[in-house]
Amino acid sequence: MSAQQVLFDAPGPRGRRTILIGNIVGALIVLGILAWVISALAGKGQLTAGMWTPFLESRTWQFFILPGLLNTLKAAGISIVTSVLFGLVFGVGRLSHSVPIRWIAGVVVEFLRAVPVLLMMIFFWLALGSSGSVNPQDAPLIAVILALTLYNGSVIAELVRSGVHGLPKGQREAGMAIGLTRNQSLRNIEVPQALIAMLPALISQFVVILKDSALGFIITYPELLQFTRRLGVGEGNVIPSLFVAAAIFILINFALSTLATRLSVLLSFRTKGRKPAAKGSIALDASTPAPT
Amino acid sequence: MENYLSLFETYNVPAAFWVNIQLSFWAAIWALAIGTVLALFRISPIPSLQLFGAAYVNVFRNTPLTIILAFGFLGLFSVMQISLASDLNASLFRIAIVGLSLYHAAFVCEAIRSGVNTVPLGQAEAARAIGLSFLPAARLIILPQAFRGAIAPLGNVLIALIKNSTVAAAGSVATESSGLMKTMIEFRSDLVIPIFLTFALGFVILVIPIGLLTTWASRKLAVAR
Repeated sequence: MSAQQVLFDAPGPRGRRTILIGNIVGALIVLGILAWVISALAGKGQLTAGMWTPFLESRTWQFFILPGLLNTLKAAGISIVTSVLFGLVFGVGRLSHSVPIRWIAGVVVEFLRAVPVLLMMIFFWLALGSSGSVNPQDAPLIAVILALTLYNGSVIAELVRSGVHGLPKGQREAGMAIGLTRNQSLRNIEVPQALIAMLPALISQFVVILKDSALGFIITYPELLQFTRRLGVGEGNVIPSLFVAAAIFILINFALSTLATRLSVLLSFRTKGRKPAAKGSIALDASTPAPT
Repeated sequence: MENYLSLFETYNVPAAFWVNIQLSFWAAIWALAIGTVLALFRISPIPSLQLFGAAYVNVFRNTPLTIILAFGFLGLFSVMQISLASDLNASLFRIAIVGLSLYHAAFVCEAIRSGVNTVPLGQAEAARAIGLSFLPAARLIILPQAFRGAIAPLGNVLIALIKNSTVAAAGSVATESSGLMKTMIEFRSDLVIPIFLTFALGFVILVIPIGLLTTWASRKLAVAR
């Protein structure tokens, strides 16, 4: 249901005129704000050609943007794999019929979801760096991956759990009727279906992982933001460099978000006829990237 | 144990959490205000405002918060030399609030929109039938119900905001908890794990009651349909 239908019906001649006037006034205000931002930037000399030409040179891309992007994708890619694994293990753990396992998995997941990712990142970075168990050069990457895995893995564990709870009734009974044990039915029948139903939410979580990999900036991991900042300091064009870094993140994440939305429309056929999910559950707006 | 307790004499941990709470409080108010206006834009009949709302949400929710705060500190503060207060620390603090508000406003907007979607079409038709135009219908009929339907997602945004207030360290608000934790671990590397657990538990204590409260409130206040 598109929101427009909710609030008003097809406008008549007077309504159309009001909308037209509102449209023009609104556009003027938005353009006015943009013009104000641009003139402020220009006033500080941020829009001169010299500020932006570095992005036309191949060495900028070769030595700054591409290595940064590569490191960002490396950290995010590894974290995506490990957090899906973590999420599967703990999601199944929370659904286990053994009370201690369920309890332990529950406490771990709830704890990790409540702790800020940056706190974990700084902890692992300093703890690994001082313990000497890893090469100090590798400490930032490992810290980024560990923190992203623990946080996003526990969010994915919740996705698995709510996905299994959202399945139509009778799946487990059907599995057990053909002679599977409870765990086999969980692994072979329920979790795979839950994952497909939750695919849009899962992809949105990948957007979160990619975004949060930029926290590595704070613990000196040489990702995209770190490299573009170095470039900006070197060339004296901090603001244009940040714009380029932001644009790259937005492009990748927007593509992922669009994929998630498409998939959720596509998959809604599979979930049709099911009872609607409980209010406020993750399934409700599965394709919206989460705030962290 | 004594070692651990002596940490609290040297470092003011509650004060660091207080900075996070203040950041979250002001950013939550601003994000709620901006997000509500954006949601109104997105459900309004005016195409230019719809377009602006959609563009805002898509840009801000796909940009890492770290970049937005780096923009505030490196861009606004260092390069553009925009300062929001005469005092250096207060200025950095306010710039962090601006960054946190702008980022979370996009998610508030989406939460309210999901709340609007819980309001049945008939409500809007009834509002039209008694002669209300867009703004009165939104103010009197749609938004009050939408907010009730949006409590759970808004609670999630608030929880994320509190946790994200630690990222203000990237905007050089060094007095907040992730900055203090870093300092403490650097000086007392023998107590890495207790220090981390102290801060982690602090956030658990801050965040979990809000989750429970908003879940309870969303059930209690939901419009029965």
